[in-house]
Amino acid sequence: MKYSRNPLVLSGMVIGAIAIALQRLGNPPNMGICVACMIRDISGALGLHRASTVQYIRPEIIGLVLGSTISAAANGEFHARGGSAPLIRFFLGFFAMVGALVFLGCPWRAILRLAGGDANAVLGLAGLISGIWVGVGFLKAGYTLGRSHRNEPGSGLVMPALMVVLLLLAVFAPQMGTADGARTGPVFASLKGPGSQHAPLLASLVGGLIVGVLAQRTRFCTVGALRDLILIRDFHLFSGIIAFFSTALFLNLVLGQFRWGFVGQPIAHSSQLWNFAGMALAGLAFTLAGGCPGRQLIMSGEGDADAGIFVLGMLAGAGFSHNMSMAGSPAGPGAFSQIGVLVGLAFCLVLGYYMRRTDLGVN
Amino acid sequence: MFKKVDARGLSCPQPVILAKRAMDQFPDEGVQVWVDTGVARDNVERLARMRGFTVKVRTEGNAFILDIGNEQ
Repeated sequence: MKYSRNPLVLSGMVIGAIAIALQRLGNPPNMGICVACMIRDISGALGLHRASTVQYIRPEIIGLVLGSTISAAANGEFHARGGSAPLIRFFLGFFAMVGALVFLGCPWRAILRLAGGDANAVLGLAGLISGIWVGVGFLKAGYTLGRSHRNEPGSGLVMPALMVVLLLLAVFAPQMGTADGARTGPVFASLKGPGSQHAPLLASLVGGLIVGVLAQRTRFCTVGALRDLILIRDFHLFSGIIAFFSTALFLNLVLGQFRWGFVGQPIAHSSQLWNFAGMALAGLAFTLAGGCPGRQLIMSGEGDADAGIFVLGMLAGAGFSHNMSMAGSPAGPGAFSQIGVLVGLAFCLVLGYYMRRTDLGVN
Repeated sequence: MFKKVDARGLSCPQPVILAKRAMDQFPDEGVQVWVDTGVARDNVERLARMRGFTVKVRTEGNAFILDIGNEQ
């Protein structure tokens, strides 16, 4: 059996094209698809934080998970599983989000930002690679969160069901009362700022579904791509990332929306130390959890309850990031970004060092 | 005789790391790797083929068993 990279390259191209299309249809600049930003917006829509500019139930996230569920079920790959250190995975998701929101983007958006000419993304990507490199060191030394086990099918359906509930909320958006004429909860929706910029619901949902199916089939993973390069010099997953970046770059150039530079980039800041450190934290946390946030969503759709816990950790982390002023903004890092990143790094380093086993090899 | 590596239930990329280590340690004996996801199966198989080993994959219950040897 040959391992063709064609499906992965083709998927990377399609995902890149969908990202740019969603931007043209209304998503914020360089944010056609951003798992961290979009989960942050959902967190706000549900009232877990009250940053009024970043609240919206992003249908892309719903589509990603449900697309993965449909694809996994159709291919006999939907298996309810879980039980591998769920509480630790929750906090890995939590701190991955803290780091990503200091930089202002997940690995997917870091690539989209670079493809749009945002030079600050170079520092973010350098941080991401550094974090992954440290994580690979722990993995080589025997780091593990232990084994997951098969569960009853019901546990694998919780995340897809949660997405259906979110979709119902997005469609029917119950509004309770008004405050000064503005719409208010329980489902919040930004009237200005990035949360108010979005493609039509159906376009976002369908875009997410397509990405979900493709990523489930090809195992598209940004963190895995860099990790495999460092760990075993395997370019397989990386080829998908190159296709994703190249397509987005090409379309940005064609559409005249490529603008190279550090200053004035959309939803970005130029505090380079914290761009680097935020993504280093995110890269380390993703590596210790086994994959990038997009991949975690896909796995949660395949029935992996541990990945589901990680996603819920990201949702909670987004809430705390904004409530505790840890999230960055175009003005720069938040008042407590530095502390958040340092606490997260400490958590991950202690975890990486102590969660080691040497008895898992040949037996 | 195959050396057995049980990588069932482990997150990416631990199955690959364990398989790689076993292949380095026992290049002549051959290695049998047990995994339980399609991703781990594909990753271990790709690694083994990259390194010039032959791979036979079969399923047993919920598990995929990869027999990795170096003779043609």
